[in-house]
Amino acid sequence: MTSTATRPRGARTRAAIAAKTLRTDRWWFAPLITVVGLTAWVAYATVRVYMHKWYWVEEFHYLTPFYSPCITDRCVEGAAHFGTVLPDWWIIPEAAFTLPFLLLFRLTCYYYRKAYYRSFWLSPPACAVPDGHQTYSGETRFPLLGQNLHRYFFYAAVIISLINSWDAVLAFHSPEGFGFGLGNLILIGNVVMLWAYTISCHSCRHIIGGRLKHFSKHPLRYRAWTGVSWLNVRHMQLAWITLGTLALTDFYVMAVAAEWFPDLRFIN
Amino acid sequence: MGSKRQFRIWRGDEDGGDLQDYMVEVNEGEVVLDVIHRLQATDAPDLACRWNCKAGKCGSCSMEINGKPRLACMTRMSTFEPDETVSVTPLRTFPVIRDLVTDVSFNYEKARETPAFAPPADVPPGDYRMQQVDVERSQEFRKCIECFLCQNVCHVIRDHEENKPAFSGPRFFIRAAELDMHPLDTRTDRKEYAQAEMGLGYCNITKCCTEVCPEHIKITDNGIIPMKERAVDRRYDPLVWLGSKIFRRGETPQTSVTSARAAGPATPSTTRGGVHSHAGGSHDPQAEAQAQSGVNWHREVPHPTAPAVDERGKLPLTELTFDRAAAPSPFGDDVTFPLPPEHLNFAHPEQDKH
Amino acid sequence: MTTTTRIERHHYDVVVIGAGGAGLRAAIEARLAGKKTAIISKSLFGKAHTVMAEGGAAAAMGNVNPRDNWQVHFRDTMRGGKFLNNFRMAELHAKESPQRIWELETYGALFDRTKTGKISQRNFGGHEYPRLAHVGDRTGLELIRTLQQKIVSLQQEDKREFGSYDARIRVFAETTVTELLLDGDRVAGAFGYYRESGEFVLFEAPAVVLATGGVGRSYKVTSNSWEYTGDGHALALRAGANLINMEFLQFHPTGMVWPPSVKGILVTESVRGDGGVLRNSEGKRFMFDYVPDVFRKQYAETEEEADRWYTDPDNNRRPPELLPRDEVARAINSEVKAGRGTPAGGVFLDIASRKSADEIRRRLPSMYHQFKELADVDITKEPMEVGPTCHYVMGGVEVEPDSGAAVGHVRGLFAAGEVSGGMHGSNRLGGNSLSDLLVFGKRAGGHAASYADSLPERPKVAVQAVEAAVETALAPLQRDTGESPYTLQQDLQAVMGDLVGIIRREGELADALVRLAELRERVAKVSAAGGRRYNPGWHLALDLRNMLVVSECTAKAALERRESRGGHTREDHPAMDPRWRQVNLVCSLEGDAVQLARKPLPKMRPELIALFDRAELAKYLTDEELAEFDALAEEAGN
Repeated sequence: MTSTATRPRGARTRAAIAAKTLRTDRWWFAPLITVVGLTAWVAYATVRVYMHKWYWVEEFHYLTPFYSPCITDRCVEGAAHFGTVLPDWWIIPEAAFTLPFLLLFRLTCYYYRKAYYRSFWLSPPACAVPDGHQTYSGETRFPLLGQNLHRYFFYAAVIISLINSWDAVLAFHSPEGFGFGLGNLILIGNVVMLWAYTISCHSCRHIIGGRLKHFSKHPLRYRAWTGVSWLNVRHMQLAWITLGTLALTDFYVMAVAAEWFPDLRFIN
Repeated sequence: MGSKRQFRIWRGDEDGGDLQDYMVEVNEGEVVLDVIHRLQATDAPDLACRWNCKAGKCGSCSMEINGKPRLACMTRMSTFEPDETVSVTPLRTFPVIRDLVTDVSFNYEKARETPAFAPPADVPPGDYRMQQVDVERSQEFRKCIECFLCQNVCHVIRDHEENKPAFSGPRFFIRAAELDMHPLDTRTDRKEYAQAEMGLGYCNITKCCTEVCPEHIKITDNGIIPMKERAVDRRYDPLVWLGSKIFRRGETPQTSVTSARAAGPATPSTTRGGVHSHAGGSHDPQAEAQAQSGVNWHREVPHPTAPAVDERGKLPLTELTFDRAAAPSPFGDDVTFPLPPEHLNFAHPEQDKH
Repeated sequence: MTTTTRIERHHYDVVVIGAGGAGLRAAIEARLAGKKTAIISKSLFGKAHTVMAEGGAAAAMGNVNPRDNWQVHFRDTMRGGKFLNNFRMAELHAKESPQRIWELETYGALFDRTKTGKISQRNFGGHEYPRLAHVGDRTGLELIRTLQQKIVSLQQEDKREFGSYDARIRVFAETTVTELLLDGDRVAGAFGYYRESGEFVLFEAPAVVLATGGVGRSYKVTSNSWEYTGDGHALALRAGANLINMEFLQFHPTGMVWPPSVKGILVTESVRGDGGVLRNSEGKRFMFDYVPDVFRKQYAETEEEADRWYTDPDNNRRPPELLPRDEVARAINSEVKAGRGTPAGGVFLDIASRKSADEIRRRLPSMYHQFKELADVDITKEPMEVGPTCHYVMGGVEVEPDSGAAVGHVRGLFAAGEVSGGMHGSNRLGGNSLSDLLVFGKRAGGHAASYADSLPERPKVAVQAVEAAVETALAPLQRDTGESPYTLQQDLQAVMGDLVGIIRREGELADALVRLAELRERVAKVSAAGGRRYNPGWHLALDLRNMLVVSECTAKAALERRESRGGHTREDHPAMDPRWRQVNLVCSLEGDAVQLARKPLPKMRPELIALFDRAELAKYLTDEELAEFDALAEEAGN
């Protein structure tokens, strides 16, 4: 302390409180549903990625985001907009170029970090609840130091979002030429939410304007920063919404491709 | 209208202690601190507890209520069920002194290690010009009332005492962010410092600091994450690096100045008016002498500008006879404002140090 | 003797008691003058009551309205204090406050800005122009944090130079001073205890700056924190200094009266400056009925005109809600007494119906958040219940205006801030306290430093005095038959609140003196349970005697002053009396007894009194003084 620190005294101890936490509310609930939600999603995504089928609706050019861009030799005719550069070994997903980056973008995302550090790592499970580890060095060392690479994965995510947008545009298609159905709405909705999630990223907020010292000298960037900040506040919600829209989009495309039910067409 | 409520309060000191049960009367509209005061006045006169303003402005009464770090003056009794037992304990992260009082010196030590504001050397007091949008980000962090709840809840030191030497804590990350975003701060190495010396990397952004902040400062989103990103700027980002190469926008190397000294002695004016200015002068003979003797200051001290007076030698304000509350300009109608900076006058507070 | 030799001793050049705005500013100045300085803080560093100041710091910088200058500020201050101010202090304050504010920016303060990037200034009751530099509504916090951080930066300089943060300036947090020690008539040191351990500590220093704040804890409804027990006032008295103007206490017109968790908490005047209006339980905007003649010309007569003022202040007169604080407090008191108050004994302050919720949240963020969180009151939706709250004591240690040196039988004692008296006269203008802290804090610190330099040899602390101080401090712990300090404090608060409150009567004041004498007997026998370590009961027991002696001064002076002026309202003498304007009531201690004496007010210099209009002066000055003024005017005219 400014004062008493220099006064001689022995090592001091904390209050001896027996209970690990005295919280009486359901603090374990939030980490629990996070674990359930994330596990379920990852399980679904893994299964889908390794199904290697039902990802392309030839009739309407629907391509699920889980297989975009499709770049293995296994890709069906028409789904591969960017060529097929990889062999069709089963372990290689069709979207081998994008999925790792998307995974890393979300893995290093400031919101997801909070979510899984709390729920999977228990570090800490909830505020004022002890974390489950003997030692702790945070993100100061490898591999967690790599979290700082979030910025790179953000750049990658922007490119991937462009590809997804392109997919959504190409999907305005029917055998007669232009077409528009419920699938388009879902694809567009997914892309919009993906953009919202990507742009609301903390790294984006920083690059757009957060790094400036004088907003007043950069009025346009300041306005952009204000907009991104508005979205950024909703980053957590967007993170979960996009998990939902991704799964929904994929499921819809799968269902239509597998002909479980037909696409609801508005035009052609 | 009062009702009896069950409280469990930790009593003890560094040699040990335990939760003790109390039945206390609680009235409508009261907060936990009111209840503690009632206990002091009745059952437990020596119950130790820090408090000052009882209005959530000073950040003294930090404690843990039902396990959650809170300000006792901001925790309304109406937020508990009538039959709920309320437990009150001291902050866990800091050594206990007695009962609810802990030794928070850790925070003051860290405060002293955080590099202070580095004022621009060539801007005299009164010439600081900043835009509201530029100060707002730092102002958010300056709302901090130093209750140290964020420091207390942060698991980096709460659960790992051994991290204390290396980790400054959320309070001082936002202090670093505040200064890094300060429009006129001249130090450019604050992010590197935060990373290297303050332990910014220990933070795994689990956001408990933001959750407990009674001032609702977005510690993580607006303070810590931007600081992490700023550190990334310097070390890892290829595009920013490229941009700075192309546009030569790289920030200049750090000059580790914390004490403001004028950049160099300016030529003292010989034609100085020699009378104190109306804005800053004083009849203190010492101050007046200082204002007039070799001022190490780059601007000429202008002639005094006495306000215009009427024929009777008075300021043209007659409160009672005038038609409105405001006075006509005492500077005269021929002066337009704002005055050009070189016409402004005040004595430099640093001048008496030379 | 063993007890005294075991006491921790420190040697300093300047000891500053109090770590609020004035104390920190004084310490910075003493340290900049090269003196080894100690700051003694009753609570943690940076928690001082200064954080509660919301409105802003008044300084005639003229950033918003360029017509403003120090003369206008001086005039406002004198007018607000009903001409009882020490004119010299008011003058220095008006002249130097802009510099002190600008200086804060070099320490890192971030005030709200105007469009041109200067410090923004806002309107406030009693100030003719927008004058208060502010940061939202947490200006006090900004001020204390800035000064605190400046001290840290000075400590960092010392660390680089001498290898230790504490080399030249050190903060003793949670340390209370109970006694000043003298060598003859010179200050030799200060004696106190660490709250944390209960161990005693002795500071040997030739110069002591008192910056301990006010006395509000003697009142039932108060905005002040527990620290405000009049320590500095009592220390000065016991050291041989005088207190002046102790009868003048400012009751903030708008403190919350309901709900109880926020009782006493101030609703800043900015609420009224930004459009809030006062209504009684009948819904009437009653302030129009309470504009005194003195102010009639300056204040609007209709609601329409008043409402126009917010957008066009140059062509309309201001709303009566912006009258000086004492007028507003008195008006509220009258309404409540006439049975038009709320059940909790206040009136309604309504901004909810006048501004949009967004605007309220933007203009008054901490006010909004405070009431939302503390009491679940949403000020954007419902009116607040407010009433007079003890807020500030104008009186205090009588000081030399230029140096802040205490007047009396003691040398080496300085005072600044609320603990000093004279600057604000009989009533303080809002916003003047923060600038007062800075202006006189700097002056007291600087002069304490030069006083320490001027001494040929250091005064010595007498062993007997230390022993006596130890004995006094330990006494409450050693008794087990006396009353609880909490009971005694409640009784004292009841006496002061009920009998020496906002509206006073002769009989009640005389009664108060009798009761205070009884309390004195009881306080002498107070006993505190528990040990010495962080024992709030013991701390309160030691504070009680300070509160008591200061309360006696207030009650005596209030009984003596047979007029109403500013923060002193006598129901039996409702008018202002020009003869009383020439008199300061000076309180001193003889042995244990409180003595009261009259002392003439210093006379204003001609060029300063010439700033005022004769018609205005006529309300304050005696006929002789007016004749003198006329003669001066004539001379000037010739």
